[in-house]
Formats: sequence, structure tokens, C-alpha cells
Amino acid sequence: MPSVKVLAQRQEQRGSRFTGGHSLCSGCAEPMIVRTVLNTIEDPVVVANATGCLEVASTRYPTSAWNVPWIHTAFENAAATIAGVEAAYKALVRKGKIDRKIRFVAFAGDGGTYDIGLQALSGALERGHDFLYIVLNNEAYMNTGVQRSSATPRGANATTSPAGSVIPGKPEDRKDLTEIVVAHRVPYVAQASVSNLIDLANKVEKAIKYEGPKLINVYSTCPLGWRTPWDSAVKIAKLAVDTCYWPLYEVEEGRYRVTYKPKEKLPIEEWLKPQGRFRHLFKSEKGKELIAELQEAVDRHWEELLMKERCTQGEG
Amino acid sequence: MADKPIAHQPPRVADKRILTGVHFMNGDEAIAEGAIAAGCTFFAAYPITPQSEIAERMARRLPQVGGVFIQMEDELGAMAAVIGAAWGGVKAMTATSGPGFSLMMENIGLAIMTETPCVVVDVQRGAPSTGLPTLVGQGDMMQARWGSHGHYEIVALSPASPQEAFDLTVKAFALAERFRAPVLIMTDEVVGHMYERVEIPGEVPMAPRRKPEAPPGEFPPYQPEEDLVPPMACAGDGYRIHVTGLTHDERGYPAMDPEAHDKLVRRLCEKITRFRDEFTWWEESMTEDAEVLVVSYGISARVALGGVELARERGIKAGLFRLITIWPFPDEILRRLAERVGGIVVVEINLGQIYREVERASGGRIPMRGVFHAGGRIHTPEEVLAGIEEVLRCRS
Repeated sequence: MPSVKVLAQRQEQRGSRFTGGHSLCSGCAEPMIVRTVLNTIEDPVVVANATGCLEVASTRYPTSAWNVPWIHTAFENAAATIAGVEAAYKALVRKGKIDRKIRFVAFAGDGGTYDIGLQALSGALERGHDFLYIVLNNEAYMNTGVQRSSATPRGANATTSPAGSVIPGKPEDRKDLTEIVVAHRVPYVAQASVSNLIDLANKVEKAIKYEGPKLINVYSTCPLGWRTPWDSAVKIAKLAVDTCYWPLYEVEEGRYRVTYKPKEKLPIEEWLKPQGRFRHLFKSEKGKELIAELQEAVDRHWEELLMKERCTQGEG
Repeated sequence: MADKPIAHQPPRVADKRILTGVHFMNGDEAIAEGAIAAGCTFFAAYPITPQSEIAERMARRLPQVGGVFIQMEDELGAMAAVIGAAWGGVKAMTATSGPGFSLMMENIGLAIMTETPCVVVDVQRGAPSTGLPTLVGQGDMMQARWGSHGHYEIVALSPASPQEAFDLTVKAFALAERFRAPVLIMTDEVVGHMYERVEIPGEVPMAPRRKPEAPPGEFPPYQPEEDLVPPMACAGDGYRIHVTGLTHDERGYPAMDPEAHDKLVRRLCEKITRFRDEFTWWEESMTEDAEVLVVSYGISARVALGGVELARERGIKAGLFRLITIWPFPDEILRRLAERVGGIVVVEINLGQIYREVERASGGRIPMRGVFHAGGRIHTPEEVLAGIEEVLRCRS
């Protein structure tokens, strides 16, 4: 397990893979996640990046924050593009034209993964390409102006699920993408968070050891879209983890393991309250009922997860 | 106790359909309001710049009039949902920009083949691919015409202001019902995002859907009336209908023979082209004595007018022909105009798409110049003037 010191050393060695000077917003969680992922991988890396905040803000002409081979794809097909790159690499290996181990990483947001990119992702998982897919999950379409996605939590205010006097924000529950990927029975799937970077690095290290498709769904605070202070990215994500709204866990060859169990599970309000996108929930009876329902859902999912862990790991 | 004013009662649902009055709104918002005023109660879309303002307005407004807004998982889903809703009996619309327009193409063909009335808005941006998401383009004009596979005719309108965006959206819904076909609004980022005065009238007509008169069992669902358009029975109307993208006969059943196919595709085209005079709209400025004709559309036409005025100041007899209906292309009108002038200049934010149509319509007999830009900004009137002067030089 890497320590903070190890993370710092890796930043020294490989930090230039994703440099500063990009134009992601102040307090955006994405660069911390991208660096942690790229720094953890020792071998050469090729990156495919779906359309989204990361792509737009890291490649403003005539500059680029990327010091690795990098390909921009359309919104819906980061998984398909990285599959093509990986298949070409394998063909070159077969022909003896390349003998180095190269790692393939796709970065995409929740919109590009949960919604428009789900078909491409499912196809690449099923075909079994050797790649690591990183979801930068900030729970809405931030690049186009905070429209709801299927990762947006129920009750959140977004520009296409506005909170009004009749409808208290997004009416639908979020989609459980991590479990959809687990259902593809790929070697390694995990949930991580910007608040727990050592845990993320640990998961990348594990994932990369497996041949085949791997996915890590990383919780990525968006101060602009969530309407939180610019210096709160880690704090808010930590509250999502400590309320068990965003559990940190991994599924390694079908075996569940919760990688972080909060000593004290905080009530969901602790995570909701500092975020402007949930402010309306605290102002009406209907909103308070919805908070109670969100709490119930979190409790149920957390219990389910612990049960899956018990069932797949065995009692001992 | 004094009488309480009742002004705070929320307006009834029907009251909010038409926001009668003078507004300051952008073209995207005007399209949303035009649709709701025309009776649109279903909108399915996917967020994309510079269209998102339409979706956001619809998300707020449709629940107020008892309508439905659905954000779909992508544009394939958005276009498909619109087809489904139209067959459910309602007026339906979707809106997107270039990349999403590309994804909609297959289902636009399905709407043509199944004769599904609906409205599709493309707020064009710089392209190909992701291109210039926040900046203007007019490069989807030929995609609008030929983007879906197969041979077909399509109706496409191009507004040059938020007011016209409102007006043409209302008309688009009427044309969609009139022809039982998808109707395209080909606008652009500048018209979509520019704020101007928009006047919404007291009454806005809601085009009726043509329903079958024959009783169930005696109604061939694709038997056209005299104007080649069949009446449309929707889900719940009591008719048995087979809705298919396969080539089909009057009964709606798949018919895998070349004759049936030729007959169907010809009718789908002719039901539009035969009646094109009903909806061929354009605007002329200073064309009566024009020696140089400037042809343009959308936001480019407003700049082109500036160029024509500059030319007039210099004593050059220039005039503007602004296309409002883009497809079917008004060949005959342009051919007649071309006979009267000595040169033509086409102004558009692509590298020559409508230019080819103008060249074709005018028979290639007179000098032509294109004032093109691939996208990212509108032209300047001076660039248009330079084009006018150039075409004059090449005539003399």
C-alpha cells in the first residue's frame, strides 16, 4: 500500500505526464485524480479522452497538459477508441514490431459513461480489451452547463431538472454504473474518491496487474456545478464517503471488498447541507421527506454492499 | 377586512401556453416558446452547446403546460423518443447541434419513412466533429438535405433573428402536420444566443392532425389522400396500424418489391415538392434594380445586408436575397432572379454548400463568388462588399 511519501515520490518521477497550466476550474477534483492514476502506472501510457471538461480544459490550443500519447474521441466512444488503440498494439506485438508493455487508459465523465457512452463501454468490456477506464464522476454535464445526467442524485438541482415549487429537483434515482460493470464479470471494478487518493492509487496498482478490462468509478467534486466553495473538493467528497453515499469498494474477480468503512457513519444531511444544489431540500416539507428517502436508500445500499462482501469473501 | 387581491393565484395551465407580449429573449428561448405556443407538449433531447438553452427552457416550461420534458441518454434516443411521442398523438420536438444532429440521422430517416410529424432543431456550430462547440457555423446545411441514407425530400427553414426563430418554429409544426414529415429548423449559434425583442401574439394557431375518417378495419393506414398525404391514426385511436421503417404498401405491411419501393419513395418526395409553393419563403432587399445579387441565410444574411448597403453607398447596385426556406431549394425563383443580374455572391459560414445550389439553379451562366468562412465567427460587411466588388470586376 503506497504512503503519502510514495505518492510524492511518484509525482516527482512521473508528475509531468499531466502538467499544470490547464484551465480546469479552481478546486476541480479532476487533475488530482488524473495525476494519481497516471503517476501510479510505471509502464508507458496511452490515453483516450472523451469530450468533456477534462478534454476541453487540458488541451486549449496551442497548449496541452498531456505528456503522454493522447487521443480525443467524440463524446460517446472513449471505450471504443481505446479498444481500437489496444487492438492495434496487440497486432504490432504479434508481428514482433513492438516489445514493450504499454498501458491503455480511458478518461471520461459521467455523461460520457453513464449515458451516451454506455454502449461503447459495454462493448469494450465484453470484448475483453486490456484497458483501464477511469470515470470522472461529477454527477452532471458540467461542461455544457450543469444539466442532469443519470449519475445525478435524486433531488439535486440541475439546469434540466430544475428545483421549483412543485418538483424538488431531479425526480429519478442515480444509475449504479459500478454494478453494471460488475455484471460484465470483468477482472477488476472499483469505486474510489478524490478524498482518498491513497486508496485510489492502491486500486490503480491492483487494476493494472490484471489483463483485460478494468474500471474505476472515481467521485470527482465539481464546486461550480454543486455550488460548493472552491476549496471544498476533498471535504465534500470525504462527506460522500463518510455518509456511505459513495462507498469505497472493489470487486476483484467477483469478490467484493469494502476498502474503507467509516468509524462513524454520518447522516446524509452532512453531505447534502454544504452543497447549493441541495439547498432547496431543506426549505420545504417535501424536501425533508426526500432527504429521509435518500437516507433510507443509502442505508439499504450500504447494507447490500456489506452483505455482498460477506457473501463473496467468506466469513473468515 | 378589505378584499384580498387575487393576483397571486397561479395561472391556469392553459394560460401559460402562449406568453403573449413583448419579451427580450434569445433565439434558443424563442424556439422553445414557439414550440409550446404551437402546441408542442413533448420534448426529448440531450444537452449540447449551443442548444442547451432550448432544453433548459423546455425543462422548466413544459411541466407548466402539462407537457413532458425528457432528457435522453443520447441523441439517438432523443430522436427515437420524438417519433414514439408523435405516434402517441402529440406534437413533439427535439433540438441539438452538429454532433447530435449526426447521431439523429438514422432516426430522421425513420421519421420520413413512417411519415411521422415532428420538428428537429439544429443550432449549428463550427464543425466537423466537436469543432467549435461555442462558436457559430452553418456547415450542416447539406447534411440537413442528404444526411440520412436514401433518397428523400425534407423541409428545412432558417431563421435570422429570435423573432423569426419563434415564428418559424410555429410554422414548422404546421408543416410537420401538413405533410406528415419531420421539419428541420436550421439555425446557428449566433441566432441561438443573441438577445432581441420577441413579440408573442395573442393567439397562435395549433395545426390539427389529420385523422382517418374511415372506421377501423376499413382504413389502410398509408393510403394517401389527393395531396399524397395519408391521414394518421395514433396509438389509442382504435385502429390497427403497422408502423415500420421497411418499405411498405398502403396497408403498412412490408413489401419487398422494387415497384412498391419506387412508388413509396416517389410519393414521400412528391407530397412535399408538389406543394412547395405553400412554404417557399424568402426576403428580398433592393433587388429591383440589382446588378449583383447577394444570396444568404440565417445570421449571415444580416451581415450580408450590411455589405449590400455599403455597396449601395459606393454606387454599386447590389441587392439581397435571403433564403428562409432552404429545402426544398427555391430553384425557380433564383433562376428568374439570376436572369436579371450580372453576378451573384453567396455568403455562408461554410466553404460553399448553398453556393452549389445557387450555381445549379442559376445554370452557371453568370459570374459567381463565394464569401465563405469555415466557422467560428460571422462575416463582416466589408468582406461581403469585397465579394461584390470582385464579382463585378470579373464581369467587366
